[in-house]
Amino acid sequence: MSADRFHTIVTTVENKPGVLARVAGLFSRRGFNIESLAVAPSDDDNFSRITFTVDVESAPLEQVVKQLNKLINVVDIRELAPADAVSRELMLVTVSADAEHRKELMELIEDWRAYVLAENSEQIMLSFSARTERLDEFEERLRPFGIAELQRTGRVALPSLD
Amino acid sequence: MSDNQQMSGGEALVKSLEHEGVDVVFGYPGGAILPVYDPIIDSSLRHILVRHEQGAGHMAEGYAHATGEPGVAMVTSGPGATNIVTPLADAFLDSVPMVCITGQVPYAAIGTDAFQECDTTGITMAVTKHNFLVSEAQDIPRIIHEAFHIATTGRPGPVLVDIPKDIVDPTNPRSDMNWYNATDADMQLPGYHPETEGDRELIRQAAEMIRDAERPVLYVGGGILKARAAAALMELAEMVQIPVVTTLMARGAFPDSHDLCLGMPGMHGNYTAVTAMQQSDLLISLGARFDDRVTGKLDGFAPTAKIIHVDIDPAELGKVRQYNVGIQGDCRLVIEGIITAMRELGGTEVQVDRSAWRSTVSGWQEKFPLTYEQSAPGEKLKPQYVIEELRDGNPSDTIVASGVGQHQMYTSQWWKFDHPYTWINSGGLGTMGFSIPAAIGAKAGMPDKRVWAVDGDGCFQMTAQELVTASVENIPIKVALLNNSYLGMVRQWQEMFYEERYSEVYLQERVPDYIKWAEAMGCAAIRVEAPEEVAPAIEKANEINDRPVVVEFVTDARENVFPMVPAGATNSELVVDPSQQALLEGES
Repeated sequence: MSADRFHTIVTTVENKPGVLARVAGLFSRRGFNIESLAVAPSDDDNFSRITFTVDVESAPLEQVVKQLNKLINVVDIRELAPADAVSRELMLVTVSADAEHRKELMELIEDWRAYVLAENSEQIMLSFSARTERLDEFEERLRPFGIAELQRTGRVALPSLD
Repeated sequence: MSDNQQMSGGEALVKSLEHEGVDVVFGYPGGAILPVYDPIIDSSLRHILVRHEQGAGHMAEGYAHATGEPGVAMVTSGPGATNIVTPLADAFLDSVPMVCITGQVPYAAIGTDAFQECDTTGITMAVTKHNFLVSEAQDIPRIIHEAFHIATTGRPGPVLVDIPKDIVDPTNPRSDMNWYNATDADMQLPGYHPETEGDRELIRQAAEMIRDAERPVLYVGGGILKARAAAALMELAEMVQIPVVTTLMARGAFPDSHDLCLGMPGMHGNYTAVTAMQQSDLLISLGARFDDRVTGKLDGFAPTAKIIHVDIDPAELGKVRQYNVGIQGDCRLVIEGIITAMRELGGTEVQVDRSAWRSTVSGWQEKFPLTYEQSAPGEKLKPQYVIEELRDGNPSDTIVASGVGQHQMYTSQWWKFDHPYTWINSGGLGTMGFSIPAAIGAKAGMPDKRVWAVDGDGCFQMTAQELVTASVENIPIKVALLNNSYLGMVRQWQEMFYEERYSEVYLQERVPDYIKWAEAMGCAAIRVEAPEEVAPAIEKANEINDRPVVVEFVTDARENVFPMVPAGATNSELVVDPSQQALLEGES
């Protein structure tokens, strides 16, 4: 799967009830697939930011943007191609860490610059933030240890600096 | 009315409607909207009490189609709101400016499954241009102003405002507010900036393409009417001498009697309109959206045509058919821009010689006019004949509203539309039962115009109850009921594509008795069964103006609408009237 398929669209929306439903409803009724979705307040209380990743091979990007623009509560749309964006995603994961494998796991955590958030004698909870593809790879490296719980945020992005 | 006067949200809502210039409201009261109905008594609004909320919605649409002003409907929460979802969807697909006020349970009760509660904004999100749930009485004048602004600017459409009961109920302190005359400066719409001016460079490119085209066609849609651009279109068409097709939504936007008018294209369009588009090298699409009923099978549609696509809604550009030049803008402004650009390029003298194209097109017109076979003695009436007699028995500025089905296509084909805003129908959603309430709304808005509803018997049975409204409210519309005892269009498809296996399309010959039914609703009623009775009955109906009139024409169920592009076929596979089919086969 080519990474270029996934474009990030960063929308600024009015911070009003039902706005997420309007955006989600639009995607569903127009048949656009969302790969990931992140919703959070912005630096201005009046506006929130909805960041999503769409597979441009499955959805016509121009139509996605134009249809989003028709939503009255959508104030701004920035479309970021992979080459023009710095994107990150956060993962929280709890991994089995018995005495036998603990040292090996700690080395992996250190290598990948993940953070230990909590631990007990059986498990370690850690956070890892990177590009989405790196999260995928890290997840695969952790899997042999035994993943008890895992959550990812969906990607957020800003335009790259020249 | 001065600012800062204390009043309830209910009074403010009614005053806001007056402030927006509303004169007629189509509505139906109920529990949650009760506090708004009380101040209506003391207002300047004419409230028309419908018999079903769907009627209110279609009346508001008919009013908007005929007058160009936004139609207003007001209903209660729950079932009142769900009953008006169909008209909202209809107005959304046909870009009809409309504001719908719905009552809602008190704000604090929302989400508790209260009596007559439904998630109105959630349900109507997909069928409105925008909707609002108002939380504070103080916001009412501003939000009503925003609703009218959104409904009438850019690509017009329906806007719904959901009003919780507590903020309009004068016995509740949450309804206290200070009146203000809301203006554009009060609006809080940071994400809404419709663009109307077309890009000048693109307009120049379009003018060059028009200059150089050998087989151009002006493909005109409902956007011309929404943009009040009929006069500009006439100027452009006459300047460049390019033939015009008017889609189902644009009938009347360019006069049928004009030499350049080819009439309606699409699934039931006439041969010349369909074929001119198919063989064109340049389609100049103005306020049209390449609807599947116009294009037929898309990959076979107008295969050699370049496309100039002008639309106020940028999402329409490239949505269905890729354009060569796509211009976002108001049709009137863009057409005026094209006219100016044509002049700058050297006027009409520098255009390509199109005499061959013009003679090809007029050859098709002569060879393949719309046609049907008159009924033999003793046979039932031909529906096309009834429409021809209606056309000839009424002035050309008569407003015609139709339902959906065969009678709609016959009317679009056989009426002669020579004036904009005289044709009202449900094009996008295809809502059966549209005609009677839409005609009532049109007549309420244009009381001095003659208004005929052309209806089928299937449609009539869906919304006939609004003739009670028309009688009681003294809105004397006239209804031509083409009764063939069948769901005629479905029957046609079953005949042509399901080997004449007629499944659930027969509606019965003698039940209901439409004459008794119409009379029971306070209408005059006339039944017509013989060709020689048709014109006198129409004349008689036109003399009755103190109540609505229903003229039942008993028509031949075997009649089918031709030409027809079969579903899934390309427009090159048009099937013409059986009497012309041999001639057509010689053509290819």
